[in-house]
Amino acid sequence: MFYVAARMLMGDRAKYFGILMGVTLASLVITQQGSIFVGLMSRTFGFITDVTDANIWVMDRKVQFIDDIKPLQDTELSRVRGVEGVQWAVPLYKGLLKARLDNGQFQTCNVIGLDDATLVGGPAIMVEGKVEDLRRADGVIVDDVGAATRLARPPTTPGGQPEPLKIGDILELNDNRAVVVGICKTTRTFQSQPVVYTTYSRAKKFAPRERKQLSFVLATADPGVPAKEVCERITMQTGLAAYTSNEFKWITVMYFIKYTGIPINFGIAVGLGFLIGSVITGFMFYNFTLDNLRFLGTLKAMGASDGKILSMIMFQAAIVALIGYGFGTGLATLFGASMKDTNLAFRLTWQLMLVSGAAVTVITMLAALLSVHKVLKLEPAIVFKG
Amino acid sequence: MTALADQSAKPNAPVATLPPGTDVAVRCRGLTKTYGTGNSAVHALRGIDLDVAAGEMLMLVGPSGCGKTTLISVVAGVLDRDQGECIVFGQDYSKMTGAERTRYRGRTVGFVFQAFNLIPTLTIAENVAVPLLLQGVRRSEAIERAKTMLTKVGLGDRTNNLPSKLSGGQQQRVAISRALIHEPKLIVCDEPTSALDHQTGHKVMELLREVALSAGRSLIVVTHDARIFEFADRIAHMDDGEIDKIVTGDELQ
Repeated sequence: MFYVAARMLMGDRAKYFGILMGVTLASLVITQQGSIFVGLMSRTFGFITDVTDANIWVMDRKVQFIDDIKPLQDTELSRVRGVEGVQWAVPLYKGLLKARLDNGQFQTCNVIGLDDATLVGGPAIMVEGKVEDLRRADGVIVDDVGAATRLARPPTTPGGQPEPLKIGDILELNDNRAVVVGICKTTRTFQSQPVVYTTYSRAKKFAPRERKQLSFVLATADPGVPAKEVCERITMQTGLAAYTSNEFKWITVMYFIKYTGIPINFGIAVGLGFLIGSVITGFMFYNFTLDNLRFLGTLKAMGASDGKILSMIMFQAAIVALIGYGFGTGLATLFGASMKDTNLAFRLTWQLMLVSGAAVTVITMLAALLSVHKVLKLEPAIVFKG
Repeated sequence: MTALADQSAKPNAPVATLPPGTDVAVRCRGLTKTYGTGNSAVHALRGIDLDVAAGEMLMLVGPSGCGKTTLISVVAGVLDRDQGECIVFGQDYSKMTGAERTRYRGRTVGFVFQAFNLIPTLTIAENVAVPLLLQGVRRSEAIERAKTMLTKVGLGDRTNNLPSKLSGGQQQRVAISRALIHEPKLIVCDEPTSALDHQTGHKVMELLREVALSAGRSLIVVTHDARIFEFADRIAHMDDGEIDKIVTGDELQ
């Protein structure tokens, strides 16, 4: 009878496409808006996950997220190094500095100062040059997006295109000369500022003079010692906050979720998608069932049990759920692919696909239940009522 | 059987029961059915006694609202009676659970409706195959058997058409095929000719007599159409929830 159910559904093309449209719309909005939300949230911790060679982050206890810099004294680095289980620890500077562009404009940059000796925390992907080139005088490495957009040099001809920064170009960072020695790829940051890597000592020279300038201490645990355990030891012995990379990532995400309106805004969009999808799907599916009530009554009269009719309706709901979900996520994926080279934050994860699938399931089941109620109440004697 | 023949609902009630020795397919005794309660209550059946013989075509006639449709609904097992008993081929509906009655109905009863009730998105072969599919017969086999049945009623070349491509008479032939495909013992027809012109209605009734009626199968036909009375073995006239007159085929002639 599933075959009959499918033919009944797909034969009524207007309603079938209407129901599909509702499910597709819901799936598309939930997946697309969800992906943008996840993309934006990923940008908040992009810098943390870009650092792959250290798995412990040490900072002031009051730090709430990655961009909330509360500098430490340089002596804290030695204290961290003295904690048992710490294999090594290096300093990291992170701060916002102004770069003066060739056209006289200023652009705020995210300046990262890496340990002079080890360059731990440096970019994992170099487009041009090498991380070690940072050891050259006044050397900085700029991320490719920043180099091509906000830090790009003005066009040389009127109406021409800005010229991306390239190796050898000179930047002025807080009135200090900096020479581009490499171009790297980084995960886009939440505020999308250009990222400028340099050495720790040079970053301190670029930055305004302050009593404390150490933003973070990056460390790694001795082999065989769990990072989490080392973090607890560091906190206990130094009074500083120490987190594993994953913990710090989630602390950052939760800060943005808790203290910004982003989740509410996206939640409203996703909720609207869910609501509109539910209303369209529910209404169309209910109408479809009402139109078929006489035939469902006929099937009941001919010996179809309530369970059989119920399974037919659930099967119809499953068909539209599957196809609508496929269309919705497919369109969302196409949207993401078409926006790949733009500023749009879009990250479609398998977890999001599951959420979208669950939402579509709920929508179609709700629509089916609305109809099922009517069908279960249906007396087969209706077939004799003209 | 003697007991059947001796019973009568009321002292002056017409003899709607059958003589002893008759093979009874349907036996109703004291059937009552009331819709609504209090002042708005409608007594659709007021103690109906009725027998239908195996191999008989019984017509139920009477004015609108007299209870014909309620009676065939109860006999077909799609509606609960309030009181009385209704035994169809030896099985008492009142002793069955809802699920048992549904299963029994699926095997034992075939339906022909006034508005045909063919599923418009299925081909006519698929429509005819539905009762078999409900009984778990494989789709390919069900469709083959449906095609054979459609050939019997002269629609063998239209099996892949949708119902909307057929005339009213052809659609009713499809509906009859659907009612017969699973070889039920009882067929109930609700106004089978009312949507058809006289000639087509006549052909449909001929088909019902020739193909549907057999020694072991009974037909109950609800109709307003006096032009088809000639096909009946007996005609039960109903009024106000009661059978007030029974006419036999002999009396008709």
